[in-house]
Amino acid sequence: MAQLSIVHAINQGLRRAMDSDSKILLMGEDIGKLGGVFRVTDGLQKDFGEERVIDSPLAESGIVGTAIGLALYGYRPVVEIQFDGFVFPAFDQIVVQLARMRYRSAGALTLPITIRMPYGGGIGSVEHHSESPEAYFAATPGLRVITCADSNDAYWMIQQAIASDDPVIFLEPKRRYWQKGEVNIEANMSDALNMYSAKVLTQGSDCTVIGYGPTVATCLQAARFAADDGVKLEVIDLRSLSPIDMSTLVESVNKTGRAVLVHEAPGTGGIGGELAARLSQACFYKLEAPVMRVTGYDVPYPPSRIEDDYLPDAERILDAVEKSMNY
Amino acid sequence: MDQFDSVVQLLDSNGSVVANSQFTSTLSQSELLGFYRDMVLVRTLDEQATALQRQGELGLWAPLLGQEAAQIGSARAMQKQDFAFSTYREHGVAWCRGVDPVDMLRFWRGTMHQGWDANHYRDYGYQIIIGAHALHATGYAMGAQLAGRVGSGEAEKDQAVMAYFGDGAMSEGDVNEAFVFAASYQAPVVFFCQNNQWAISEPTRRQSRTPLAQRAVGFGIPGIRVDGNDVIACYEVTEHALHRARSGQGPTLIEAVTYRMGAHTTSDDPTKYQLFSDVELWRERDPIKRLKIYLQTKGILSAELETQLAGEASALAQRMRDECRELPDPKPSSMFDHVYADTDINLEKQRAEVEAILIQSMEN
Ligand SMILES: Cc1ncc(C[n+]2csc(CCOP(=O)(O)OP(=O)(O)O)c2C)c(N)n1
Repeated sequence: MAQLSIVHAINQGLRRAMDSDSKILLMGEDIGKLGGVFRVTDGLQKDFGEERVIDSPLAESGIVGTAIGLALYGYRPVVEIQFDGFVFPAFDQIVVQLARMRYRSAGALTLPITIRMPYGGGIGSVEHHSESPEAYFAATPGLRVITCADSNDAYWMIQQAIASDDPVIFLEPKRRYWQKGEVNIEANMSDALNMYSAKVLTQGSDCTVIGYGPTVATCLQAARFAADDGVKLEVIDLRSLSPIDMSTLVESVNKTGRAVLVHEAPGTGGIGGELAARLSQACFYKLEAPVMRVTGYDVPYPPSRIEDDYLPDAERILDAVEKSMNY
Repeated sequence: MDQFDSVVQLLDSNGSVVANSQFTSTLSQSELLGFYRDMVLVRTLDEQATALQRQGELGLWAPLLGQEAAQIGSARAMQKQDFAFSTYREHGVAWCRGVDPVDMLRFWRGTMHQGWDANHYRDYGYQIIIGAHALHATGYAMGAQLAGRVGSGEAEKDQAVMAYFGDGAMSEGDVNEAFVFAASYQAPVVFFCQNNQWAISEPTRRQSRTPLAQRAVGFGIPGIRVDGNDVIACYEVTEHALHRARSGQGPTLIEAVTYRMGAHTTSDDPTKYQLFSDVELWRERDPIKRLKIYLQTKGILSAELETQLAGEASALAQRMRDECRELPDPKPSSMFDHVYADTDINLEKQRAEVEAILIQSMEN
């Protein structure tokens, strides 16, 4: 066991993956000498060399497009997009090319590319540094979309993502980057929880609360407050946005009869809507109330001085729980 | 290749005038003094904002330290009817367009995404997304063309557009597409690339094997390299390019060779990748120092004027400290303003929800 921050856990995960497979390359802006603006790749260029930890020109479409070519040659590129708001110049390469290469080639071409990016708000930064673009990717067939909320998952899920033959969008909750947690570094990858599984974090009988990435800590906080009032919340970390582990969710919601979904991205067109539709269908006769959502509002991410009013907090989650309980 | 190979320079780092076959200074003494004042005050502004960030008053700041001449020289060549499209580092450009330094802080303090009225100042504000605005500038220039405001020969009618970006931006598709459009339509736009040697931690050679200005040739655009720490050369070269643009002779790419003397932003640690000796070398080429020497040698800058300017600088710094802290936080419900031109029922519902939460939290 080791106590690691999420940043450090991803760093260690990348290191372990690179040690075990020489075809793994890291590509991105400022990931070499600087170690990335969040230091996720700190020290990796020094240890693995400039040919495997590649500082790229400032062009995201170029990074992803050339990663596709490298993957066709047989490499396993792990791409860093510096911030969520800067992925869009690469959107065409990701959605139009990366996502469908396997399909259009009838399985002949495989692109085992991982695209890492910090996402979400709460760090007091300027425009375009606090985005939650996950729904665009989750809505794209051919991409896998996963996100971690604790150090152990950060360590294992990045390795699982790299090992996958599917293109994986790996979202890193930037405001939790420095949150520390236990990492079972002695384990084997086969022992780690599958990256596509949801994870029940607290057992509860009253209401299921589902979050992912940065909102998981907020859901857990809400559960502690609720417990003080004698309300038992079952908090689930979704972990994978595509595919969605419905069986874990359905089991929980069938038990509690209630569900509250939490994410930072705007509600409209978000992951919560997809989950609500699926849960309503799967748990219709067990539901005691409509599925509730607590999300960012349907506005561009606001100036940082009011971001706390935008981001879902424990209060808003508890309000939704109460609404569900009193329905 | 030597940095200064075929670079237009009119004032060297010792403050001596350099002869150039193509350009000469057309600036009067009072204009030169004005540029000196601009550079001193903009550096003060920059230092003060950096300090405010350190004190927790700003979320972030992107220092322009070292790039004063490039920004002041080029932006002072603009006319009122021109329009500037710039990045997060162009505080000096905004200054020349008349923007109040305190308004610049709004963005970095996180009270507004845009701290001033872009149309009023004809300055587009801080673009964060690298290169995106090169296309906007080009389109705006195409608009001026369509509106018949190019090549009329009337001094106050003809318009040109300035697009500011860095050496890193030269790699983005958007910037290269902007070159294609600008060349294709001969749009009245001047691309002003400040090659400050770094894109965060990556040196310019990661982006280009040739001097950036040479890239212009392949697009059919004239390219000029200028000493970016020489405010006079920056002015003259930009003035020339803007004149070409306004008179209908099409776009120009200017590469101003300079150096980022500060961190990329206040979150950055340049000691991880920069050589101290490089920074020292460039300190010798300081843009303010050389103009100061020149003005003193010519007897234009008296001790009295110096004292006066120092007083002005400290008053500016004081005002920034005072007014930054007073900048009002936006009302939380204002996040629903200006999402659409017309009223949106869904958003109004959400606005009511936010207002209810605030009332509730005030009661608790
Ligand atoms: C599309 C996009 N990608 C990445 C970034 C992150 N980023 C911000 S500034 C910067 C370097 C820019 O370098 P350059 O264009 O030389 O301008 P400078 O900052 O040196 O003035 C990077 C990579 C961004 N803001 N936008």
